[in-house]
Amino acid sequence: MIMGSAKPLDEILAMIEPYDRIILAGCNGCVTVCRAGGEKEVGIMASALRLARETAGRPLEIREITLERQCDPEYLEGVRPFISDYQALLSIACGAGVQFMAEKYPRTPLLPGINTAFIGVTERQGEWAERCQACGDCVLHLTGGICPVTRCSKSIFHGPCGGSSDGRCEVDKNILCGWQLIIDRLKSLNQMDNYLKLHDMKRWRASRDGGPRSIVREDLQE
Amino acid sequence: MKSGSQLERMFAAGHFVLTGECGPPRGARAETVHEKAKLLKGCVDACNVTDNQTSVVRMSSMAGCLLLQQNGIEPTLQMVVRDRNRIALQSDILGAAAMGIGNMLCLSGDHQIFGDDPQAKNVFDIDSIQLIGLVKMMRDEGVFPSGKEIQGPPKMFIGAAVNPFADPYEIRVPRLELKVKAGVDFVQTQCIYNLEKFERYMEDLRKKGLHEKVYIMAGVTPLKSAGMAKFMKRMVAGMDIPDDVIARVAAEPKEKQADKGIEIAIETIQRVREIEGVAGVHLMAIEWEEKVAEITERAGLLPRPILD
Repeated sequence: MIMGSAKPLDEILAMIEPYDRIILAGCNGCVTVCRAGGEKEVGIMASALRLARETAGRPLEIREITLERQCDPEYLEGVRPFISDYQALLSIACGAGVQFMAEKYPRTPLLPGINTAFIGVTERQGEWAERCQACGDCVLHLTGGICPVTRCSKSIFHGPCGGSSDGRCEVDKNILCGWQLIIDRLKSLNQMDNYLKLHDMKRWRASRDGGPRSIVREDLQE
Repeated sequence: MKSGSQLERMFAAGHFVLTGECGPPRGARAETVHEKAKLLKGCVDACNVTDNQTSVVRMSSMAGCLLLQQNGIEPTLQMVVRDRNRIALQSDILGAAAMGIGNMLCLSGDHQIFGDDPQAKNVFDIDSIQLIGLVKMMRDEGVFPSGKEIQGPPKMFIGAAVNPFADPYEIRVPRLELKVKAGVDFVQTQCIYNLEKFERYMEDLRKKGLHEKVYIMAGVTPLKSAGMAKFMKRMVAGMDIPDDVIARVAAEPKEKQADKGIEIAIETIQRVREIEGVAGVHLMAIEWEEKVAEITERAGLLPRPILD
């Protein structure tokens, strides 16, 4: 899922400084699971913003809403009945949701309330970690199901580099060396022959480097 | 000959080859490089010029190489893939060859987090092994990766770094094998202090016959003090300095520790020279170029052979 975390309150307060009436919109999708932008977080953030603005002597009216998803057009219709009554919309969905909302409502300033971080997994309660960079050209079948682009700090295809020590990355001792993980896994799968394969230079065009990407499935189109 | 550089010809002639290292200054003073060059002249067969090592901005490796050339020292261009995509890499390879640089060392580069610009975007479009393959393709096939013909292919003797001491050990020889498969001509190792482990590494790579496919240069860095040794051991990943080596330096009074460091470096050179498959020494006297003449002299490596 797509992971995010709340922006610092001061940053959000600076963003909403010009406004007295805003909508705060959460999302029931990924950001609910990672506890950054769901209904509960909408309530908490709204309370914090109201309190801060009251203390500053400039009360703020907030309309709270949490949409099923902010990345599908039909759910974005949920704010249409009242959006023109407000000066701005603060969205705590991922960056895709914020932008899609902005496209739908061209006359309303859209403000991002969270920083979208990565595509990842829930390691354990309260801990999430990146697993995929959506590079568009998956090689997991060759690397024991562990992604060198994401898990190696240098995204190298023939690792580990000289900075691997006791299974840790030199960048940060809390980061496991992606290539140590790959090697351990290849060994356990009896697939070390994959290690001795030379990988061609990666086709980054399939990644963001080819410009914004899209997928068109004509079989699904009406 | 692949590039016909002095380095390549020295190996081909069967000499025990000696390379040095020169870190460019953190500024635009050409004199700094000229001064280092004077200290290295006649002591080494070729000299690496580092490429923004530890991600700290310095004068470019290419400029440093050209300054060394002006002093009659053959340079080896270090090139990291951290800061350049494949377009810039290809362009710099052509530019270096055009300026008469005939050796290059293909490296990943230290992660930018260690330098003064930890917020920089890293590139890593290709990795160091893919860079070896890229240079080889340009040199031997005379084409760019696009398949288009190169008007005047770059003549490069292709080098790489290897670290016999990084983890996991079991992958160290296979990783050299990958570099050989990609087309590397010579490799220089990380600084050697743990000779037993280095001997084991050499033994393991000889079993695969790799010493007959690539020239292996043993990396040697003299320790200036016990403090430096402890710092390197603690801070540099993959740096293996056994406690007994540190103890030998630490046993000396402060003013004699540098002498002991040099003595250990000389012993190391003499010992690696005896190991089958070691084709030379890469002497990295980090910001200590004034000691290169003494070390090479006392190690019995001077005068350097003159090629016809």
